[in-house]
Amino acid sequence: MSSANEILMGTQAGTFKPRTRQRGMFSYKTKKRLVPFLYVAPAAVLFSLLMLFPMITVLRYSLMDGAIMKKNAVFVGLQNYVTIFSDPVFWQSVGQTLYFTVMSVIFHLLIGLAFALLLNTQRIDPTLRSILRVLFILPWLFTAVIIAIIWRLLLDPNGVVNSILIALHIVDFKVEWFSSTKTALHALTFANIWAGYPLYMVSLLAGLQGIPKELYEAAGIDGANEVQKFRYITIPQLMPIIISIALLDFIWTMQVFPLVWMTTGGGPIHSTEVLSTYTYKLAFSSYEFSLASASAICILIMSMSVTYFYIKHQKAR
Amino acid sequence: MAKRSFNKSALPTVLTYLGLAVGLVFAGFPILWMFFTSLKSNTEIFALPPRLLPDQFTSVAYLSIFNDPVKVRFFINSYLVAGVVTLLTLLIAILTAYGFSRYSFRFKNTLNVFIISTQTVPPITLLIPYFGMVVAFGIFDTYFALVLTYMVFTLPYAILLMTGYLNTLPKELDEAVLVDGGSSWTALWRVIVPLSVPGIVATAVYTFLLAWNEFLFALTLTKSMDMRTVPIGIELLMGQHAFEWNEMMAMSVLGSLPLLVLYLIAQRYFLAGMTAGSVKS
Repeated sequence: MSSANEILMGTQAGTFKPRTRQRGMFSYKTKKRLVPFLYVAPAAVLFSLLMLFPMITVLRYSLMDGAIMKKNAVFVGLQNYVTIFSDPVFWQSVGQTLYFTVMSVIFHLLIGLAFALLLNTQRIDPTLRSILRVLFILPWLFTAVIIAIIWRLLLDPNGVVNSILIALHIVDFKVEWFSSTKTALHALTFANIWAGYPLYMVSLLAGLQGIPKELYEAAGIDGANEVQKFRYITIPQLMPIIISIALLDFIWTMQVFPLVWMTTGGGPIHSTEVLSTYTYKLAFSSYEFSLASASAICILIMSMSVTYFYIKHQKAR
Repeated sequence: MAKRSFNKSALPTVLTYLGLAVGLVFAGFPILWMFFTSLKSNTEIFALPPRLLPDQFTSVAYLSIFNDPVKVRFFINSYLVAGVVTLLTLLIAILTAYGFSRYSFRFKNTLNVFIISTQTVPPITLLIPYFGMVVAFGIFDTYFALVLTYMVFTLPYAILLMTGYLNTLPKELDEAVLVDGGSSWTALWRVIVPLSVPGIVATAVYTFLLAWNEFLFALTLTKSMDMRTVPIGIELLMGQHAFEWNEMMAMSVLGSLPLLVLYLIAQRYFLAGMTAGSVKS
């Protein structure tokens, strides 16, 4: 408990020091300048305790041998990183994570944009439009675990998808979607595409409704056709939203865990292993917390490098 | 339907409806399949040829969940944890958002960037030190461990959404209270909070959704059946009886219900709040 207190006290002191040191005593003016810090203090303390401190801890673990498991773990420098980088499964996981992420982001964007455009046309009845909008958002409201078991049921070798495909003569045997090394990663990516497009759809729909009508009217007067209007007005106007959402989606999809864990668990024979399942197994199946920390730091660095572009993009707007 | 000239606008309209129909099947079919599977008896799940509607509607799967205290406990745990997380998150987020939206102070920008980047820290990176911390503090396998760690990923969104909302309220509102001799604290709770109900509702729904759906921390930081939440309960059910599909689908329907209800109630606020948060941050 003492260490917890130290952390709390430490961060609190850190937050307030510059103010108190300058003034010495709590004059009226100082009190007034302290007010905003009091409002943000609870969040600052919580983030220091549960964000800064753990990040330092995981970095420290990654440089030690036998973290958590050994009483007196020693520093071994970058040894854990060397071990991780010489593991072919790690690199396989990196490749599969990138494939899963890139495909998901591309199809989320295409499907989300298509649905947003369909819902935005004036050709359909407004009531029907608002009903459809709710229905199209539905996949987004399901938790990853439930998405996983829905697709395990649908893609079961005896399931409905195989029955339909066989009836249509697209395949001629019962495909083991999640248990064949050839199809598992694609099946998983498909399930994730199904679950993730609504965020794009909602954001792009809001974006489409925000494009000034005058732009289209002016282009119409200049003789632009529908394709040109789409190419030179719609897409450029939506670009800032597309970039924001795609970067966020990229970061989140890279960190996928429950969907993979509940469908394939990373198998068969590592064919759907992604960085998060690889790391989780190192930590909680093999109890190699130091190696797991090194791998976790790699995921963090990948996420943070994309985050850098995200924040830069947000600031530029 | 408005009048339309025959050739020119009939084709795009047909294509639009066709696209919407394809979209509806894509989005809706898996969900319908889940729902009707939960109403089938287990022998009917893989009937050939496959049928969407059960031959015999039965509530046997739901009854077996309601009659099993272990499974009911999963739901109680989920409601409790998500509820407490939502309340605490809202409280801290409102305070922080007020600080951000009404004052300028040193480190404000640093803190802001820190909070935005917190959104993108991988949960798996935090999990390993959390596991060490939770064990060291003696709160492994408790509600407290879940509530505390959930706040880390609910707070950034809540703060961004609330700050965005408070920025839309004019500062003159607070100044009126201050001129009358009130403090900023009074202004916040008496004037600003009552005016922020739409923003608070959107934030609450989104926070509840995040907490209800959490999987990784619940999987690792709890151990006994008494502490497990719904997503983990479904995972365990899957491991135990891999073939009781109707019961798993019933669990899934019940596990999605609060989110569907909340979403339908708060839809208006929610979409506006969500897009404001994700698009503008």
